[in-house]
Amino acid sequence: MTRLGLIVNPVAGLGGAMARKGSDEPDMVQRAALAGRDLVSPVRAARALRAFQALSDAPVLCGVVRPDGSPDMPLLSGAYGTAQDTRDVVRDMQGQVDLILFAGGDGTARDICAANAGGIPVLGIPSGVKMHSGVFARSPERAGQMAARFLSDTAQRTEAVEILDIDEEARRAGRLSARLYTVARTPLDSSGARQNPKAGGTDPVGEMDATLASYARRMRDDTLYILGPGMTMAALKQRLGGGTLLGVDLAQCGQIIARDVDEDALLSAIAGRNVRIGLTVVGGQGFVLGRGNQQISARVLRNAGLPPIDVICGADKLAALHPQELTIDTGDPALDAEMAGYWPVMTGPARHQVMKVVP
Amino acid sequence: MTAPIKDYLKRSTGFHAARWAEPVVCEMTGTGRRGIVFDDAPAPTLPGTAMRKVAPALPEITEHDALRHYLHLSQMTMGMMGVSLFGTCTMKYNPRIGERAALEHLRNLHPLQDASTLQGVLELYDNFSDFLCEVSGMDQFVFQAGGGADAAYTHACVTRAYHASRGELQQRDQIITTIQTHPCSPATANTAGFEVITLTLEENGYPSLEQLKSVVGPRTAALMVNNPDDMGIYNPDIKEWVRIVHEAGGLCFYDHANFNGVMSRLRARELGFDACMYMLHKTFGAPKGGGGPAVGAYGCAEHLVPFLPSPLVVKDGDSYRLDDDRPDSIGRVREFWGNAPQVLKAYAWARAMGAEGLREAADISVLSNNYMDKRLGEVRGVTRSNPDITVPRMEMTRHSVEKVTQDTGITIFEISIRMTDFGIDALWLSHEPWLVAEPFTPEAGELWSKEDIDYWIDVFEHVVTEAYENPEIVRTAPHNAPIHQLTTALDEPDQWATTWRAYQRKHVS
Ligand SMILES: Cc1ncc(COP(=O)(O)O)c(C=O)c1O
Repeated sequence: MTRLGLIVNPVAGLGGAMARKGSDEPDMVQRAALAGRDLVSPVRAARALRAFQALSDAPVLCGVVRPDGSPDMPLLSGAYGTAQDTRDVVRDMQGQVDLILFAGGDGTARDICAANAGGIPVLGIPSGVKMHSGVFARSPERAGQMAARFLSDTAQRTEAVEILDIDEEARRAGRLSARLYTVARTPLDSSGARQNPKAGGTDPVGEMDATLASYARRMRDDTLYILGPGMTMAALKQRLGGGTLLGVDLAQCGQIIARDVDEDALLSAIAGRNVRIGLTVVGGQGFVLGRGNQQISARVLRNAGLPPIDVICGADKLAALHPQELTIDTGDPALDAEMAGYWPVMTGPARHQVMKVVP
Repeated sequence: MTAPIKDYLKRSTGFHAARWAEPVVCEMTGTGRRGIVFDDAPAPTLPGTAMRKVAPALPEITEHDALRHYLHLSQMTMGMMGVSLFGTCTMKYNPRIGERAALEHLRNLHPLQDASTLQGVLELYDNFSDFLCEVSGMDQFVFQAGGGADAAYTHACVTRAYHASRGELQQRDQIITTIQTHPCSPATANTAGFEVITLTLEENGYPSLEQLKSVVGPRTAALMVNNPDDMGIYNPDIKEWVRIVHEAGGLCFYDHANFNGVMSRLRARELGFDACMYMLHKTFGAPKGGGGPAVGAYGCAEHLVPFLPSPLVVKDGDSYRLDDDRPDSIGRVREFWGNAPQVLKAYAWARAMGAEGLREAADISVLSNNYMDKRLGEVRGVTRSNPDITVPRMEMTRHSVEKVTQDTGITIFEISIRMTDFGIDALWLSHEPWLVAEPFTPEAGELWSKEDIDYWIDVFEHVVTEAYENPEIVRTAPHNAPIHQLTTALDEPDQWATTWRAYQRKHVS
């Protein structure tokens, strides 16, 4: 018998209404109460649950708070909706459920994935302020329907998607930047139910695979490759013996030779070497340098003599950028200005797309 | 044009497409049923090894039943039956006289006949080439390519042959295009062995000159673009683009599939292009659809003529011949001289329109689009691409229902399907990639009356209202079509069958 885990983060979605960018601050619940606001996510969760129950009679185990209108639903924890509450519930759900359906935004997705040790597939009911991650359905109803379809046959395939969140520190400092936190598995969707803001009908995974294969084939033995973080780069690193998702790794002669290196390690590794840098674009803000890969610093770039940079990124991801630009922030404005311009991005085998790169 | 009908939306609520509960023809067989039986039918004169040992398992059915069956099937096709505003594709009426002319004049000809017995059709090819040269400023047209993409491929091959003839092919291995050029340009460039460099749109809705200059150089083999692009935006710098690419030694190809709004208003050659392509099955009134025969008319300037596919129709004094002896030719891209009946139909259409007709059609199509643009802009939740630019839209505009999707969860796919419940053909969304979320790109052209266009928009608006008020009816559409929504069967190779044998293998045994 399959079971659905339903996580409702009660404070998700309040930031927007209160003219804030997210709801991560601890006193949010109280503030919401003070402002006399209705909670968003229990209502959206109830919509998803109705759609789910129209198609499935699998039992539902829920956590943090219940969806509206389901007073009898088994509840794992009744608490205030802090990040810790979410993580506790996810921990309790391990081994108990076959899919975690949650009502929240990027922050909730992050908390869930951080505690999801067993890698249970995750699907989001769009209820947050920020929803840059790849786990969200287009609407609560579709989330419920997708969950029901998935539970009817859990042998169905899942796919890896990026869990992103806006860097709140940076935002408060006036800079907008999405960070990649991890990768989650979510039900493979062929019906267009998942939110994919600018989707095309092509096969981005297969296209990327062929691109990476051709890139790996052309890597030169006399060159040291600095490979940045991200799902695309992780797939390249996989071809070279396996590297890190979130770190900067070094490769040479078709092999990863160092993992998760810091700026100092980079500086000593590049001395006197032929260097190339391989990067991808992370998140919705189009950053290629300066977010999540600060190790590849202005000093590293200058010491290596401004080496050639290969940006590898699926055309579907480029299409989703608004505006259609890439961004760099090495911390050295003069270097940023020097590097700005038009860069070719590898989008497929024998395909490049030119992107404007702005500081 | 359709007759003006008042309050069409209100009056058409009873619409339901034909839905015949009929098995496939192989299951309608009845032993001994026949059409016409010829007592003196000759036995086939085939070599023994080619003769069947067992009679084919064909259905036995009367002529009348067969005809009725296929008529029913045709009524259950889901396109080209209602108002069809299919963008980048220019839906046109195909005059019956073209069908008649093709039947009467081509039925008894075969391309392997001696050219002296084919003078009429060769003259037609030659005249039509002249006509299109006048329209485009080019020096020669060929009609061999079996569609627009095939003509783009012709150009990629011509590019290869041209640079090879100058000893520069090794060096010139890149073809430049833009992200809103039809995907057949990059695809055929890749197929012909070139690397593709795609330019990204900038603030004005098209790539800047600086961006183009950043990639043009000694490796540039060609530029392949359409203009207006897939969003309906015309790049006013195009002449300068061509100059820059020429200066670097590249060729320039104009995919003129979106010619309708600029017919007789501009000539590709005068903008500097070396070659261009027209879609006879779109712009020039020849039929299309259902994968039917198509023609991409490919035209080029003098310096590329030696590389054109063979045979070429040439005029020798008062007569015409087929020239196959052309050592620099890329060879054939299609059998014989392409889809001759389509060429004839398009020629008939072009002659009937004449220069003034083309100009009037272009103007009407721009007017119709701008009318649609205005009315659609008043529909709740509808926006359009590049809302801030002021250049006028040509024959189509990229719109978006992203807001509707955010508010209601209803997507453009679902809106499109729901519209078929009112006798509207499913709409054109966008080529890939989707730079605008939930896109649609209707193109009215000169065919559709104001009543048709108003009806189309009325239905659109009605469905958007439903999305807000009763989304379930949109999500579960179609309700009045021959079939309802497909289940997931198309994801299951074990389930679907496109032939009777596959059906028997997968479902009957
Ligand atoms: C701009 C453009 N170019 C080329 C093509 C390809 O034409 P065809 O479908 O005849 O191969 C199309 C078809 O939609 C098009 O819109």
